[in-house]
Amino acid sequence: MRRLPVAVVYLAALVPLGWIVWLVLSGGIGVDPVKEIEHRLGKIALWFLALGLAVTPLRRLTGVNLLRYRRALGLSAAFYVGLHILAWGWLDMRWLWAQMAGDLLKRPYLVAGMASALMIAVLAATSNGVSVRALGARWRVLHRLTYPAAALAVGHYLWQMKVITPEGWAWAGVMTGLLALRLLPRGWGVTRRA
Amino acid sequence: MPRRSPTSGRKPWEKWSEVTPHSVWLDRRALMAGGAAMMLAPAARAAPRDLVPNSRKDITTYNNFYEFGFDKGDPARYAGRLTTDPWSVRIDGLVERPGSWPLDDVLKGMPLDEHITRLRCVEAWSMVIPWIGFPLAELLRRAGPRPGAKYVAFETLLRPEEMPGQRRRSIDWPYREGLRLDEAMHPLTLLATGLYGAALPNQNGAPLRLVVPWKYGFKSIKSIVRITLTDTQPVTTWPALQPTEYGFYANVNPRVDHPRWSQATERVIGAGLFAPRVPTEMFNGYAEEVASLYAGMDLRTFY
Repeated sequence: MRRLPVAVVYLAALVPLGWIVWLVLSGGIGVDPVKEIEHRLGKIALWFLALGLAVTPLRRLTGVNLLRYRRALGLSAAFYVGLHILAWGWLDMRWLWAQMAGDLLKRPYLVAGMASALMIAVLAATSNGVSVRALGARWRVLHRLTYPAAALAVGHYLWQMKVITPEGWAWAGVMTGLLALRLLPRGWGVTRRA
Repeated sequence: MPRRSPTSGRKPWEKWSEVTPHSVWLDRRALMAGGAAMMLAPAARAAPRDLVPNSRKDITTYNNFYEFGFDKGDPARYAGRLTTDPWSVRIDGLVERPGSWPLDDVLKGMPLDEHITRLRCVEAWSMVIPWIGFPLAELLRRAGPRPGAKYVAFETLLRPEEMPGQRRRSIDWPYREGLRLDEAMHPLTLLATGLYGAALPNQNGAPLRLVVPWKYGFKSIKSIVRITLTDTQPVTTWPALQPTEYGFYANVNPRVDHPRWSQATERVIGAGLFAPRVPTEMFNGYAEEVASLYAGMDLRTFY
């Protein structure tokens, strides 16, 4: 398991995108393809954010260390956030710039989503080895942006609903749990395989 | 040898009308009926004119009917279990002849016709639906509004055994809607019993639903069991849930945004992946007919 090449994670991360493409080509995407594509891309981004945030708790709880895959998970999340925004601007809003800008300024759920996306962009841009070395100790501090980014992403997801669905509450619960684990004292759980 | 037809490649249970533009379908139906024998003459079409109905598949698989779940596919998946026969409708409140009637008696003598209208959802999408129905005014006149009546309240069936969404208490069931009496008496306000020339599918609000084409779709309450005339503005589901986001009037208005999204433009369902957004029309294109109902009212206050 731990010898699985990281490239496999990158390839696997493309499977959900492939699935969307397949649904579009086969007609299985439904009668409202625009919203379906946009929402699916956002949901996939949430999954990768949650998986990335689960790496450390998993190691603490079970000793299974997937740290070497975490960058791939984070970059996959960033990739789907980018596609989600592209689907919004291109397919949904048809680049109606005035309406998009007006919405961005006026609508809190869009502000939350866009703030999250900007943080994720910063995280993705500084995820390479050069940045890690150049930033040194500050890299760890900078990458705590993951936490507000994930919180805002879930907030954005819940905020656009007319009524919060059971799935929405489940996401809120999972993300709150993953973030709350960060509040535990350093060194809890299993730090080393027995 | 199988003949190639426009339906080839479709699953056998999918009906022709599900994939056929309405005009072609209507012609075909007219042909089958021997041309002159069409039961339903196309009704006098109100503005907006030249509306091209969505396919039956669009109309019957993309529904907001939270009694069956939050996903737009849920109603088509779960509404089949709803018992719509027997069905009765109670008409009460400020009317001369209150009572509860079996659906057949409600429909007796009502002028069923085809009415093609555009439905504009508060979520900023729209589709065009060929309803079968009659003006609500006909039924209200039969019940006889008493002089003090100013509003009409509607209620959807409450039956959690058959409506899984009602087992969640995220909404205060049953679903409630309402109109001012003059809105309810307007000839564009319909009670629908069918679409595409057939009985209303359950997911579209069988067996009896409201259609108010100049208002956001949530006003067009489905599966109605009770109609009450009142002298005070009735409490309705969405404004009760989110008073800052949804109003009693809910007239389609491109200049009054929903707090969380713009209402200036809409996506046309069925237009394809790369279709443009289209500008939303005042009163959903029915301004000529209904704007006078709101003369002197600030539509920003009464949203």
